[in-house]
Amino acid sequence: MLSPELGHYALALACILAAAQGILPLIGAHRRDRRVMMLAPGLALGQCFALAVSFACLIYAAVTDDFSVQNVAANSAVSKPLLYKITGVWGNHEGSVLLWALILGICGAAVAAFGRNLPTALRARVIAVLGGVAAGFELFCLTTSDPFARVWPAPMDGQGMNPLLQDPGLAFHPPILYTGYVGFAVPFAFAIAALIEGRVDAAWGRWVRPWAVAAWCFLTCGIALGSWWSYYVLGWGGYWFWDPVENASLIPWLTGTALIHSAIVVEKREGLKIWTVLLAIATFSFSLSGTFLVRSGILNSVHAFANDPARGIFILGLLAVVIGGSLALFAYRAPSLTAGGLFAPISREGALVLNNILLCSICAVVVTGTMYPPFMSLLFDRTISVGKPFFDATTIPLALPLFVFMGFGPMLPWKRAQLWPVLQRLWLAAILTAIAFGVAAYGVSGLLPVLSCGVAVWIIIASVTDITERVKLFRMPLAGSWQRARMLPRSIFGTAIAHAGVGITVLGLAAMSQAQHKIVEVPVGTTEHLAGYDWTLQKVEQAPGPNYTAMVATIEVRHNGALVTVMHPSKRSFNSQNQTTTEVSIHTNLLSDLYGVLGDKHGTDAAPTYVLRLHYNPLAPWMWLGALVMAIGGVLSLSDRRMRVGAPRRAKPISEIGGAA
Amino acid sequence: MSHSTGQTPRTRLRRIVTALVLGLSVFLAPALVLAVDDPSEMLPDTKQEARAEAIGSQLRCLVCQNESIEDSSAGLARDLRRVVREHVAKGETDHQIMDWMVARYGNFIRLSPPLSVGTILLWSMPVLALLLGLGLAFFSYRRRAATPVAPPPLSEEEKARLAKLTKE
Amino acid sequence: MSTQDPNKPCLTRRRVMMGVPLAGAAVLGVGFWKMLSGMQQGSFNPHDINAPVLNRPVPDFTLPDQTPGQGFATQDLKALTKPILVNFFASWCIPCLAEMPTLMALKDDLELWGIAYKDRPENAAKFLQHSGNPFTRLGSDRDGRVGIEWGISGVPETFLIGPGGIIRWHSATPLEVETIRQTLIPLLAKLKTP
Repeated sequence: MLSPELGHYALALACILAAAQGILPLIGAHRRDRRVMMLAPGLALGQCFALAVSFACLIYAAVTDDFSVQNVAANSAVSKPLLYKITGVWGNHEGSVLLWALILGICGAAVAAFGRNLPTALRARVIAVLGGVAAGFELFCLTTSDPFARVWPAPMDGQGMNPLLQDPGLAFHPPILYTGYVGFAVPFAFAIAALIEGRVDAAWGRWVRPWAVAAWCFLTCGIALGSWWSYYVLGWGGYWFWDPVENASLIPWLTGTALIHSAIVVEKREGLKIWTVLLAIATFSFSLSGTFLVRSGILNSVHAFANDPARGIFILGLLAVVIGGSLALFAYRAPSLTAGGLFAPISREGALVLNNILLCSICAVVVTGTMYPPFMSLLFDRTISVGKPFFDATTIPLALPLFVFMGFGPMLPWKRAQLWPVLQRLWLAAILTAIAFGVAAYGVSGLLPVLSCGVAVWIIIASVTDITERVKLFRMPLAGSWQRARMLPRSIFGTAIAHAGVGITVLGLAAMSQAQHKIVEVPVGTTEHLAGYDWTLQKVEQAPGPNYTAMVATIEVRHNGALVTVMHPSKRSFNSQNQTTTEVSIHTNLLSDLYGVLGDKHGTDAAPTYVLRLHYNPLAPWMWLGALVMAIGGVLSLSDRRMRVGAPRRAKPISEIGGAA
Repeated sequence: MSHSTGQTPRTRLRRIVTALVLGLSVFLAPALVLAVDDPSEMLPDTKQEARAEAIGSQLRCLVCQNESIEDSSAGLARDLRRVVREHVAKGETDHQIMDWMVARYGNFIRLSPPLSVGTILLWSMPVLALLLGLGLAFFSYRRRAATPVAPPPLSEEEKARLAKLTKE
Repeated sequence: MSTQDPNKPCLTRRRVMMGVPLAGAAVLGVGFWKMLSGMQQGSFNPHDINAPVLNRPVPDFTLPDQTPGQGFATQDLKALTKPILVNFFASWCIPCLAEMPTLMALKDDLELWGIAYKDRPENAAKFLQHSGNPFTRLGSDRDGRVGIEWGISGVPETFLIGPGGIIRWHSATPLEVETIRQTLIPLLAKLKTP
């Protein structure tokens, strides 16, 4: 029943519904015709449903091994495990565009479902903008990357998926990351709606913020998951490469982070209104252009996408309409928006402005560094490389002051503040930071890691201090503090936790600069010493797997004679595809990772030797743990009552608004 | 591919990784061996080896995407690693080794491009962006401080909306 | 909106400022469009390696013989009085095989010297037996070190060496008749009439 033709039809239907969704509510809102405006939620839900059907058809084709569908034939095979048949659907260009469209459809449906107490006209316009964008992408999907195209004659078996992609971490990385990217379409739609209406006020700031925070949480998790995946799959402990594709995800994260902070100023002080609208447009524009320019082949060397110029031109046209159109509207309408109120430089809003300046400066550097090589080659016919050394040298000096200000920014009162009383309250953080500097200077080599350790401790302790100060911990009976803590808005905790998460990540990054590794070629029975651990290669065995044979090593790791762990790094040779993969073995105690890789076999069969790569990575898990903590902070502030103003007024469980995006 | 670069598994692997950060599919040649580098490549003197690694991480693996020769297992990267280590063992300075590389491969091999007329915008971007941001904030602050305009009073509709909202 | 605004110049300035993001995006967009159309026409390749330094003397090297030819060294190239092509190839490189017919057609008009890059001499010899041998002289770069001296990043790569042993031109893609007609021949004409 779920045939590819039905999927194709549902996609076309979704495209038409999206076009209607993009046009009718705008007309209705313009004419103040309530009945036409009320079409918007229905159309959004209908479009989402059609897309869901379409996506289900593609999954069904993959699961049932329908190799007459070109996409399935090219990316799947009978022998593939069921989980990867499903997740493989979005592991290729056509399927991932469809997933994009589906998530966008879900965003529209979420606004329709949870935005019931938004003013009718605003909701109609927001849904219309989402519909317009969705129509464009569905058209792209239909015309240039049809996931349902058939092949004739249908092959007996598909070409199969790369064994490397058969990894649970990777299977769920794209949906999370895409939800982050696409989630920023909702703040974007709110910004466009506000420009059309010509009104940005505190209420707008309050409505837009939960959507931005939710998208930000997903994007944070998505980036961290990708980084973690490359850490455990690459086999040498690398986690971030400043690659154009990675930068493409970092850029919207930076502007998105700026957005969730500046929206606070809109909400509390009606300031930074025009700026926030611009940030909302910019964040989604960067999400769009990042993902799609990579596919056009300009930014990445992945040949598979460089070969379809029609796709590139279509993408560029779509970007021109969406980004160019929204920026033109911005240029036309923003000057007439009323400017925000005046505020003192030293105040909470002043600190938030500084946060925005620093985040956007980092973003500008990353954008410039990423785009410079192609533009140099276009304009001056000169090829240059911009890589890790450049980005490290330029972004870190901007990030360090950001981290310092992060410590006391949340403690500054609104409107007008004095720095000294706030700094006085941070005496404990200051002392602990000084101690951290001392310890780091003693135990850590390099100026930058020492500085990073210091600021990381500063952020974490200052975030904790913010909470303890607010609940007057130890300055009143514990029961009273508990009472105060319960009365405190959850978003305060959210902020503190998210900030502490940044500190945790920075600490992990700083410690990783002290990682140690060793590459050796040894016979079985040898003991190697690294970072105070004794690593003994006990044996290497052949072990058969479902569709591969593996060479599995047993490495015993001892610390002062006590057994710490037994590692089993392995090397798999896949029979069918003539490929081998390396399975890294990682032992973590959350304070450090012991990381073992088995390499090639050398020597004669009688006396074989094996190449081993051993790593000691201090605090490595903290890099991703910090990101998780940041996201938890985001979710916590989403559950704040004040964030739920956009939810229905009737007594109904309304906690879903957070999870809606 | 029209040019055989003698790419080895890890180069390809990196491509997959980068492609997959965005969930894209890649058409790749088979044989995805993740080679562990040959330990015999390393210099016996740990200080010299550390120096060689530091120099190598500034040099681009020419056939890879933004990857240094230290991180890549492409054949060319391996050869260049060996060259760097030979020069280090000979006692050449970092500067001399970098010049040697640039003389052959041009500035393209440097992951951090040298400051020149063409890259001045690139290198000045952090300061430029920061100054622009601070300047913008400063001027809008000064302008607003000079013309203290009270925000227009709320309309009845707005008042009602706000009251409704803040009751929550 | 309110055109009756008393601060009209201020509003104009704001309008200009609000247009800056659009202008920036437009510049980027035009750039991308140029890149995409350049990629279609083949005039622009963002992944171009384009590494070797041109217009410099050939590097110092000595190459042992590669059957069936005689090896050569820096002095041999510096002693040249007419332009020649130096081509890096390998038996393990499929594009090299595809390039061979073009080289065979070219060899009567322009002298070609070959360097077998990171190849076993016997494999390279067999390769030339199969595809034909367009090279006047042949050297074997067994470990790829001479390739690094020249600044190559893979095979096939071709260098045009002017009289006196100056590197004049370089191609990191297999030579095609089109390239020869459009680039190489005009360049040769220029070299002959200095």
